[in-house]
Amino acid sequence: MTALLEAPEEPVEAPKAPEDRERFRATTVAWLSPAAILLIGLFLIPTGYAVYLGFTNLQLLGPNAQHFSFTGAANLNRLIHDPVFWSSVKITLIFVIGSGIIAQTLIGLALALLGQRAHISVRATVGSIVILAWVLPEIGVAFIWYAFGQSGGLLSEIIGNPSNDLLSTAPLLIVSIANAWRGTAFSMLILSAGLRNVPEEVDEAAQLEGAGYWRRLFRVTLPIMRPTIMTNMLLITIGTISDFTLIYAMTQGGPGNQTAILPVYMYIEAFQFNALGYGTTIALALIVIGALLSIVYVRQLRPELRKAS
Amino acid sequence: MSTGEISVPLSVVEDRTQEVVPNQLRRARVNKLVINTVLAVLGIIFLLPIIWLIDSALNPNATQGLSAPAWSLANFRAAIAAGAGGAIKNSLYLAVVSTVVATGVSTLAAYALSRRRVPFKATVLLGILFLTGLPVTLLLIPLYEIFVHLGWANSPFYTSLVLSATSIPFAIWLLKNFIDQVPKEFEEAAAIEGSSEMRILWKIVIPLSLPGIMVAAILTFINSWGAFLIPLVLDANPGNQPGAVGIYQFMSANGIVQYGPLAAYGILFSVPVVVLYLICSRWLNGGFAFAGGVKG
Repeated sequence: MTALLEAPEEPVEAPKAPEDRERFRATTVAWLSPAAILLIGLFLIPTGYAVYLGFTNLQLLGPNAQHFSFTGAANLNRLIHDPVFWSSVKITLIFVIGSGIIAQTLIGLALALLGQRAHISVRATVGSIVILAWVLPEIGVAFIWYAFGQSGGLLSEIIGNPSNDLLSTAPLLIVSIANAWRGTAFSMLILSAGLRNVPEEVDEAAQLEGAGYWRRLFRVTLPIMRPTIMTNMLLITIGTISDFTLIYAMTQGGPGNQTAILPVYMYIEAFQFNALGYGTTIALALIVIGALLSIVYVRQLRPELRKAS
Repeated sequence: MSTGEISVPLSVVEDRTQEVVPNQLRRARVNKLVINTVLAVLGIIFLLPIIWLIDSALNPNATQGLSAPAWSLANFRAAIAAGAGGAIKNSLYLAVVSTVVATGVSTLAAYALSRRRVPFKATVLLGILFLTGLPVTLLLIPLYEIFVHLGWANSPFYTSLVLSATSIPFAIWLLKNFIDQVPKEFEEAAAIEGSSEMRILWKIVIPLSLPGIMVAAILTFINSWGAFLIPLVLDANPGNQPGAVGIYQFMSANGIVQYGPLAAYGILFSVPVVVLYLICSRWLNGGFAFAGGVKG
């Protein structure tokens, strides 16, 4: 079988019981096929189909719903000249970087660092509260912060201007706060684990040389944690960039598309403005942007990856 | 943790005079107080939205602001009258079916990928890793088209299959790494004694990798329970709508937002996953534990 040609890792992985692993066994197909059928049918084929649909004039209703056709670069052309698309890209980047990468990493890191030195009961209680925000269904989070952002809601009370309808005056800020509130637990968990893996001896050596806490944090701890922090940022980016529920339930992308990140803009174009083909083009653009951002991280992580292998 | 704290003054003691010690100790104590206070304040800020939710659910006259404390269940009755029960039942169906399917097929596939020779294994694993990062958003429109053409739309079963498919890549990845850690000796011994493969999987591999399977199952369940966009698009039948869609409809349906009943609806919908998380957090904590120090 072709099996003999590939998988260079195999001999390394299986030094003993070779007769068991060297042959490809027919039953392996039986183990793999249920997952393969679901992934091919509901993941790979739709992905391939998306690449095609993105270049068609498919519509939700009307004549082009049944008889759509390939329109070449028409959608791409429309995308490039669509000011709403470019503002959506900008909003997506602000949302991902502001509420995802910056807010969640900084607050998560603060919680992890404080937790490391705080009393066990305080750490456990605060940790559970932060995790509770993460476990709540996203729609519940959307509702809570929707209420908070209303005029007369808690946020406008706190800033001392109860009549201010923050969801109209600062919608992107409110959905960003909601997202940061919900997502911080993930960073806290990852970064706490990373912090525990920093060897104590290194920190103690720096202490003996008289380095203060902040100096040790910035010169020793954080550089050691760099791969963890970068991986965490990558995971936050992937999670945040495709977020839909939170923003859509709070603002439906509005007012005036001010919170329409790309998945929301895709939904609006496809299912409200009838343009399924163009909506797919937007989704493809989202993938390209996600891939570009991921490449940035992987490049940053390359020295560490090389060291590890 | 506390040893690191004490060693700050101690390490300084070595090259300073004795009189400094009480000062250093006092400073360490003040430091500790500041740290605990700052962390507690952060905790209270994080808790505020949850307090508002509970407070609003219990007060029949709840508004967007904080309401006076009350102990009324009227909002819960209103939420159930608005269809919370049926919607939560629909969410339960989606979550259970997709969790059983995703965990089952992922365990089988992960076992094969961990133990067997699979053609192009490295490529397959890389492809699965790639799928974990692919936004579901991309699948939505093609799936909608496919479902409409095959007559699969408005079916909770097919919707739950889509939900399971979105969880399978991560579940396989997680379980493959987990099964890799399980020693092979037990399986080899059982194979020598003539046990069938299915029996080995059922009696040895699954029990030994149960913590990993639980993590995969819980993550799939929580993901499917809160699903919003996929059921919103793939299932337009109002009788099939899950809790997340139900809450969204309830939020936007009436001209005036009914904060009290909505808060009650939100709590009814959240309690199952929160309880599930609490029960299973010791399994999840195996992966990453913030409160890990609790053990000692």
